[in-house]
Formats: sequence, structure tokens, C-alpha cells
Amino acid sequence: MTAHVTSPQFKQNATKALADDQLQKAMSNVRQGFIDKRAAVAAKLPEFEALRDSARDIKNHALQNLDLYLERWEEKVTAAGGQVHWARTADEACGAVLDICRRVGAKTVTKGKSMISEEIALNAALETAGITPVETDLGEYIIQLRGELPSHIIAPAVHLNATQVESDFRRVHTHLDPQRDLSQPVQLLTEARGVLRDKFLSADVGITGANFLIAETGTSVIVTNEGNGDLTQILPRIHIVIASIEKVVPTLEDVSQILRVLARSATGQEMSVYTTFSTGPRRPGDPDGPEEYHVIVLDNGRSAMLGTAFQDMLRCIRCGACMNHCPVYHAVGGHAYGWVYPGPMGAVLSPSLIGVDKAGHLPNASTFCGRCESVCPVRIPLPKMMRHWREREFERHLSPATVRSGIAFWGFFAKRPALYRLATRAAMGALAWFGRRKGAFKSLPLAGCWTQYRDFPAPQGGTFQAQWKAKRGGR
Amino acid sequence: MATVLLDTQSAKTRPVRPRVALFVTCLVDLMRPSIGFAAVKLLEDAGCVVEVPSQTCCGQPAFNSGDRATATAIAARTIDAFAGYDYVVAPSGSCAGMIKAHYPELFAGDPNLARKADALAQRTWELTSFLVDVMGVTAVAAKVEATATYHDSCSGLRELGVKRQPRQLLASVEGLTLTEMNENEVCCGFGGTFSVKYGEISDSIVGKKTGNVAASGAHMLLAGDLGCLMNMAGKLSREGKAVEVRHVAEVLAGMTDEPPIGVARQPAA
Ligand code: SF4
Repeated sequence: MTAHVTSPQFKQNATKALADDQLQKAMSNVRQGFIDKRAAVAAKLPEFEALRDSARDIKNHALQNLDLYLERWEEKVTAAGGQVHWARTADEACGAVLDICRRVGAKTVTKGKSMISEEIALNAALETAGITPVETDLGEYIIQLRGELPSHIIAPAVHLNATQVESDFRRVHTHLDPQRDLSQPVQLLTEARGVLRDKFLSADVGITGANFLIAETGTSVIVTNEGNGDLTQILPRIHIVIASIEKVVPTLEDVSQILRVLARSATGQEMSVYTTFSTGPRRPGDPDGPEEYHVIVLDNGRSAMLGTAFQDMLRCIRCGACMNHCPVYHAVGGHAYGWVYPGPMGAVLSPSLIGVDKAGHLPNASTFCGRCESVCPVRIPLPKMMRHWREREFERHLSPATVRSGIAFWGFFAKRPALYRLATRAAMGALAWFGRRKGAFKSLPLAGCWTQYRDFPAPQGGTFQAQWKAKRGGR
Repeated sequence: MATVLLDTQSAKTRPVRPRVALFVTCLVDLMRPSIGFAAVKLLEDAGCVVEVPSQTCCGQPAFNSGDRATATAIAARTIDAFAGYDYVVAPSGSCAGMIKAHYPELFAGDPNLARKADALAQRTWELTSFLVDVMGVTAVAAKVEATATYHDSCSGLRELGVKRQPRQLLASVEGLTLTEMNENEVCCGFGGTFSVKYGEISDSIVGKKTGNVAASGAHMLLAGDLGCLMNMAGKLSREGKAVEVRHVAEVLAGMTDEPPIGVARQPAA
């Protein structure tokens, strides 16, 4: 199973998003919230840029030796009494989770935030099997109530305003007093906490994601701000971690280095509120912890990225900084991207995972402004990789015919300077003549996509090269 | 897109009167030749001998559309046409960035051309950074009465580190006050073919930009890239916002006789 994909309708999704006033209001919070905080916390740490280099190098090293570190990690997990389940596809991963849940007769599972869970559409699989999944991260809980995908990889409900959440809570929490005051965000939080507390205690299985898997110790690591992840993994009898292959890093020291750039890049915090390390199930004498500890490790197309132009994308530590700084993401929000991974990282990753035929718009819907790369804590060259996808699409004739013929036409002249001079001189002469009275066109044949929104400034008339030749004799 | 570190060596090793090839850029060539003449004036005032080799386009539209073959063919032509000069200067961070940051990448698999591409990349500069960082220009002799705001175009800013150079030169323009707008480092939404392929999104982005321009109180908008300027001028004009839009070179050269971008030469007859 894979989450429903609407990426081929990116343009229609974008049109809807641009007309959605609620969304536009919510997105302006992203613009202000994340960017300034990241900049401030980065400026306070003199070694921030050096740490980014180091984070990049650690991930590169891990990816170059991925088989080795995954094997070493599995040995350590097993030695600590945990169990590792390898899943090639989303279906296999869901199947592995369901097998465990069925074996222990689980009726309710609590879930910490996990993008892999979204990628494999685990909630749908659980529900089909008659098991109730309960999201315990506040944002995930809200979008679960609404039946939506996350619109951001670390702030799943960032597309919503408090009033929308209030009406969802009133719709779903019908056991509570209809007259209660929910006008303050903290009241929403308190209500969600109250509802979730019972679920934590009654859950049979707790499922979390993993920010890192540590080869040296067989440990999985999660970072959260709400503490829900800890309750999810400690209270039920069974803890299932769902992770993907590229999450493995060699050592504890490596993780502590990467953690120093993760929260700073993500939320502008120096550290997340909770950073939790889990190694195996509860040992004799441990005061708490699950009886069983399982890790489902998903491939789902990632190993095919190794050794290709897209390998660098596997460095991603899911901080969200690229989308926080993306003008296109700000304009259309995460849902327009049509699958679980939005923004620049999604524009590179989604074509790898669901196919460029489906996700082809995403790497094209970028101005290549480069702000994503300039903030990525592991220095992923996102625009360059989006360009690689455009090259693949061009080679496979997936790019729109208008673009192909436009570039071919332009390229023909650009390769032939003499012809170019002749043709452009005539064309610009005509355009200047038509635009001479107003200075700009309100509409222009063949440029409707431009003039629908903006005027098109008229050329001054005469090309520079022709005028230069006339003035300076072609020196 | 790593920021290319400025080569402080260049300032020391450069010839006294360097031969500079102007890469005028296709947009300036076709749409607004006056920017080219402003660039020539600034370069000549700084002591350069300026030449204009026969040229077309840097190939960026093809490169960014995924048409690597066409981009490579155009780049190979440009490399030939611009060989043998001390420097190549473009009144555009985007086109200079294409040559500096992406030509070497295009020819990475071809040792012979890669060497030439690297050599060209090292000699290529965006106009304002060339004037300040290579020619050591600290002031220009221009007078323009205006309150202006400056938009940092993306490629110049993030590929070439162009930020302080245009501001340093603008500070020396008599009569000019520079007032910074909010989010001056945020993309204007142009993005070359993006502006027509995703016109609606592009429009939303440029709308935020023109909002910031208007809120700054400036009545002149400057930038170093004509693509961005046409996009912003087109939106300002559509919104009926009376802001004079110009390339930074026009102001630095004191050549503001030509009407601003998108304004007719004479009133309608
Ligand atoms: S691509 Fe970089 S910036 Fe974007 S989420 Fe991944 S690590 Fe963060």
C-alpha cells in the first residue's frame, strides 16, 4: 500500500491552494516562524558551518558503506534482544507490522510521528485489519482526525489555523462539554493531551519512527518536542520502530554531531526537547520498557538510488529546512505536491520513490533560487538533483511539448550567432515598435502564461550587439 | 550551489588595463541594450578595455529545462568565443553563475573542454563584484536623485556571493538613498521558464515581492538581473504601483535618461 498520490495534478492542486485563504494565512506563519529562528540559532554557533560539513561527511561515509553498517547494526539489535525485519516494499513493511500486531492480538496501537508510516500508508493498513491506530503527535493527531496527509515533514498540520483545529475537536470529541472554551491554542493542546492519555495506557503496541539507527550500539533514536514518542514506546508491551535503510550512522559520536545541526535547522532550537535512545526490549531489572522491540527497515526504492546521481538525497535527515525556505512551498503548501514528501526534498525524493512519470511536475516546479541548498544541514545539492530529474524527463520525452519545441527553437539560434543576430534584430524591432506607446504589453501572443499575471515590458528596440557594431565598428 | 569564494588574488595579479569581454546576456541584448552600454561605461571608467565578441546566450534555459545536449553545444560555442580575454564580465549574476558554476559541471566528462571551461569560469565575473573585488572600485561618479531598494537576485547572491558589492557602489551615488525591503534575499518568482510553466505560482511569489517593495517606501527598485527586473516590473505595472524599475548598472553609470523598464519612451501620441 502507498499513500494516495495526486502529484500528477500538481498544477490543479496549486491552483486550489493559491485560492485557499485559510491556507495562505497559515503559510505566512511558516515564512516568519521557522526562518528567523533558524538564522538566529545558527548565528549563535560559530562552528555551525563546519558541523554541516561534518554531518554531510558522516552521512556520505555511512551511505558508501551502507551494507556494512546495516549488518553491524542488525547484529547489535539482535544481541540486545531486539528483532529486525527487512522490508523491500511498502506492502512488506505494513505486512511485518500487521503480523506482529495480530500475533499479540493488538486492538489499539499508539503511534509517534513517522514519515515512513505515512509513506507506506500504515494507518490504512491497520484499519483494514481491524486495528485502531492513534496518532499521538499533536499535528499528526489533528490530520488523522481530518483524514489528511501531513503537509510538512516536521509540522504535519502547519497548513491549518487554530479555528480549524477547534472545529475538528468539537466534531470528534463529542464526549466533552459542547460549551467548553477552546479559543486558546493551549486549551486545544490540553484537550488533546487528555484524550490521548487514555489511549497511551490502553494501547497494545506502540509504533515510532527513527531519526537515526546507530550501528555501533544497535540503537534507534527519536527526537520529539512533545514527549509523546516516549510514552508511545515505553507504555505498551510491544515497541515497533519503522525506519528506512539510510537512517543508519556508524557511531554514537556521529549521531551527537548530527543532532547539533538537526534541531537548529528544523525548528531553530539548540536541541529538541526529547532525544530518546532505544536499545532492545526491557532487560531484567529495568524499571520500564517494552517486552518486545522490533525494527522494520524499509527500502522501497532507496537502494536503487545508491550509486546514481540521486545518492546524495539519501543524506537527508528530514529537518524540513528546505521547505521552510522554499518560495514555491510557501505559495502552495505541502498538499499540492500530492504525496507525503513536499518541498524541495520531496521534489527530489518523490520521483525516486513513486516514479518520475507520476511526480514529474515536482522537480520542475522550482525557480532554482537555491535557498534550500543554502540551508540544508547536510548540504544536499537540491537544485542540481531537480535538474537531473528534468534531464531524465527530457531524455524520456516526458517534458511538455511546448517546452521542448521552445527550447529547440531557441537553441537553434543560440548555436548560430549570425542567424541569431538577424532573427533577433527583426523580432525585437517589431516588438519594440508595437510596444513603443505603452512601454509594456498587457497581453502578447505566445506569452499568455506571462501576461495573464504580469505586463510584459517592451524591448527598447535594436539589439545591443547591432548598436555596438554601429557605434564602435564591431570591435 | 556553493558560494564561489572571491579570488582576492585576482585584484593583485590583474593587468593594469585588462581586456574585458562583455557577456551582454541575451535578455539585455534583446530587451534593454542600455544596460549593456551602462556596463561598458562602468568598465571603461574602471580602466578596462571592453570588447564585445559575437555571442548569443549562455545556454541556461536549455540547461535548466533538462536539455543537456543543447546546453552543452551552446556552452562550447561560448567557451570558444570568449577565450583569450583577461576577464569576461556579465551584467547578470544568473548568466555569470551559469558560466562560473555550471559550465565546468557540463564538461566534467571531457578533460579537454573541462580545462577550457574551468579557465573561462575562473575569469568570469558578475559586473558589480568585478568592479569592486577585481578592479578595486570603491565609488562611482554618478548622480541619481532617488530612494531605491535593492533586490538580491538568487544566482548572484547564492552562487557568486554578490551582496555587499552593489550596495557599496550604490552608497557612492550622489543623491541616492538605499532603503532595504523585507525579504530582499527571497526569490522574485521569475526562475526563467518557471515564470511561464507555473505562471500562477510565479505570480503569487512576485506578488509578495512587490508587496515588500511597496512597503519599503522606495520609489525605485534595483537589481542586477534583467529577468528578475522584467518580472517585478511587469507585476508592479499590472498592480498600478508607480515604482521605477532599473538595472543597478544604469544607476551606477548615471545613465537614467532612458525610461525605466516597462515605461514608454514618449507619452502616447
Ligand atoms: S533535504 Fe536537507 S534541508 Fe531538506 S529536509 Fe532533508 S536535510 Fe533538511
